[in-house]
Amino acid sequence: MTELLTTGETRVRIDSDRAIVDARQRGRAIALKLGFSPGSATLVATSISELARNILLYAGEGEIGLQPLERLEGFGLAIHARDQGPGIADLDRALEDGYSTSGRLGLGLPGVRRLMDEFEINTNGGAGTTVRAVKWNR
Amino acid sequence: MEVPILKQGAFLIATVQSALTDADLTGLRDAIVERVGRHRSRGVILDVTALDVMDSFATGTLRDIAHMTRLRGAQTVIVGIQPDVAYAMAHMGLTMEGITAALDLEEGLAHLSQGRPMSPHE
Repeated sequence: MTELLTTGETRVRIDSDRAIVDARQRGRAIALKLGFSPGSATLVATSISELARNILLYAGEGEIGLQPLERLEGFGLAIHARDQGPGIADLDRALEDGYSTSGRLGLGLPGVRRLMDEFEINTNGGAGTTVRAVKWNR
Repeated sequence: MEVPILKQGAFLIATVQSALTDADLTGLRDAIVERVGRHRSRGVILDVTALDVMDSFATGTLRDIAHMTRLRGAQTVIVGIQPDVAYAMAHMGLTMEGITAALDLEEGLAHLSQGRPMSPHE
């Protein structure tokens, strides 16, 4: 655990639907090693699955970064989703329940926001999208 | 990862063995819908005990399976959703509208058998 806390970011390339499963399984394993409960590790794995699918669906490829975090109150895990895709045209609507430009449930991004403790998106037309979502142990 | 689909009397039993990719999920959907017709099945049990994550895509696909099999005359019961997975789904806001769920295979079969006289061999 100590070793992992000092480890840098684990990066998983997202370029296929198999990579979505790989990324979420890596994330679950890291969360459990850090000391998260199985329940919290499932929330992390579910969030990774959603963010990785968005990369594949809207940008075609990108990466998921998994960064262990440390602070006085405890430890955490940050998920970074990065792509060079077209960006999100209407961010406010993308964060609304039930809104999707691909005919799906539209619960991915708003769902991840609910599952994680911190959530921020940076998106620029043509310059890609980055999402940072953090789960803290409490 | 292919999901085995077994025929048991008037029912089909599909048991997920490991994590599924999106392509695995849509493949499973198509296979179940096709088998319902081939075997003239009246019910489908989909055992997801081994599923690691139930995200929006998986939930949407299971909803499609339930809806499509109903249109083909068979009722689908999802069994084996694990407590941690149920917790994540509830927090995300993923609902199983129109889907019947049961605790495990035994409960699922009992649900499908309701109102159907059991043969001595069942």
